[in-house]
Amino acid sequence: MDLHWRTPSARLLVLRRVEVAGLTAVAAIAAVVFGWIYFSALLGVGVGAVAVIAGLAAERVVGRRFASWGYAEREDDLLVRRGVLFSRLSVVPYGRMQFVDVTAGPLERSFRLATVKMHTAAAASDARIPGLERDEAARLRDRLAELGEAQAAGI
Amino acid sequence: MSEPGAWRRLYPLSPIVRGGRGTIGIVILLVPTLLRGGISAGDLVPLAVIALITLLGFVSWFVTRWTIDGDDLRIETGVLRRRSLRFPLSQVQAIDILRPGLGRLLGAAELRLRMGGSSGGAARLSYVAAGEVEALRTQLLALARGAPPDQATPAVVTADEHVLTTVPTARLIASILISDVGFYAEAVLAALIVTALLAPAVASAVISGGGLVWLLGVITVTWRRFNLEYRLTVADAPDGLRLSGGLVSLTSETIRPGRVQAVRMVEPLLWRPFGWCRLQVDLAGGRQPADGDGTAQRRQLRVVLPVGRRPLVEQVLDRIVPDRPQRQSPPPRRVRFKSPLRYRMLAWGGTDTCVVTTSGRVRRVTCWVPLEKVQSWRRVQGPVQRRLNLATVHVDTAGRAVRAALRDRDAGEADQALARYVELARAARRTRG
Repeated sequence: MDLHWRTPSARLLVLRRVEVAGLTAVAAIAAVVFGWIYFSALLGVGVGAVAVIAGLAAERVVGRRFASWGYAEREDDLLVRRGVLFSRLSVVPYGRMQFVDVTAGPLERSFRLATVKMHTAAAASDARIPGLERDEAARLRDRLAELGEAQAAGI
Repeated sequence: MSEPGAWRRLYPLSPIVRGGRGTIGIVILLVPTLLRGGISAGDLVPLAVIALITLLGFVSWFVTRWTIDGDDLRIETGVLRRRSLRFPLSQVQAIDILRPGLGRLLGAAELRLRMGGSSGGAARLSYVAAGEVEALRTQLLALARGAPPDQATPAVVTADEHVLTTVPTARLIASILISDVGFYAEAVLAALIVTALLAPAVASAVISGGGLVWLLGVITVTWRRFNLEYRLTVADAPDGLRLSGGLVSLTSETIRPGRVQAVRMVEPLLWRPFGWCRLQVDLAGGRQPADGDGTAQRRQLRVVLPVGRRPLVEQVLDRIVPDRPQRQSPPPRRVRFKSPLRYRMLAWGGTDTCVVTTSGRVRRVTCWVPLEKVQSWRRVQGPVQRRLNLATVHVDTAGRAVRAALRDRDAGEADQALARYVELARAARRTRG
């Protein structure tokens, strides 16, 4: 059976890169300023450079993590895959779904993105898809709710 | 038994039983007054408080009434904020009878109806007369199973039970003494006794400075377990597995096989030489409401067999998960490097309707999950597993008490199992769920 895997919006990658870049900039500036004031300029710049290098490395990881995200709607269940170091694949039957959450934090909102999360009766169930375009998030939410209702099974 | 539809009140002594420890406290408070034989001015305030509490208890009893209305159990209560509760009997999963120590003295028993559905609440009739409670329970159970209201009289449904076992007290005590709970209690007690013998001054300082709370804590936990599991009788009734027992407070509950989310068998290290194990079931009703006194309510896992040997466990399992795998396959040998402690324990097996998994480092935990109860599936592969070409498939069940997983299997086998069991679970949901 061939699956149609969808991926989060490309803007999620931009969002994640902005997050890492922002964090790196803050860390580097703080390192330079504190090093300069309390020790020596050389030390400050050195530590700042280390922070920048760490940030660049994180950018690579962010790219791979973004590429690992994917979801596929099958006839009876939703598949969600993610993770680089720990690769995970969740299979959540529509009939088991209790409710669907659509959330968007301030950063996500400014990128016009949203996160969709499916909840089942199990605490361990893990079906979260971040960085969906708003239209796609709404479409997915409605479709999941509709399928969930059609296939609902008692606990 | 009155005809259906008539409103009835609870047992008149209910407020006293509900007061529990408070009632006992009040009685103790009254003793000096009674001994003196007269009422002095100093007694007026406590007496007024007692009178007020008694009055409030009486009012709450007076305004509470209940009835069986067709397929519903209705309860009305409250003075200022009147509440009318309606519990559809078709959603009842089990009806438990609870008899706290004080209730036994006064002839009262609590009837607790465990409801299904996502809310997972419970309807409580606390309390009804102890003489009527069995008949009432049978009537409600018959209604829950869909008998027409006029036929659901106690005479129609006779519960013929077949007792499987009663846990011997000596074995229960021995098993608790060498269990995890028992060890804590023993360690604390031993430490205290040794200190008391060697340095009495230190011991009394420890006791007065917070040590007492510790001591009481471990003793309470141990005692609660003993009290709950004392002479627990497992019986095979037509509507499921019937459990009854208890030392001070008696409980009686029925477990319907179709409502079991998962079954868990635990074999602690020290129990294994005796061939003992402990069987627990996880019942439906996702989130449990946190109400004040519900100790029996809050535990999600219910003990079916506090301590027993394998043949007995098999007998009980036949009743709860009849079509279960008889054989489990061990993981590949290379798992030794990844999970050296767990390697000997790991195994799994499956039939068309049920999956069983075994895991554990020190104690062995075996979980049976009926496929139609599985909430979701997860395949997880960590860095070490990827190097060894292994993967774990988690079987998520309702709640968070049972963790079943096909741990550390060959990646190909894990993928095959995932595809096959997702498909089987779908079929099981269609036919039974």
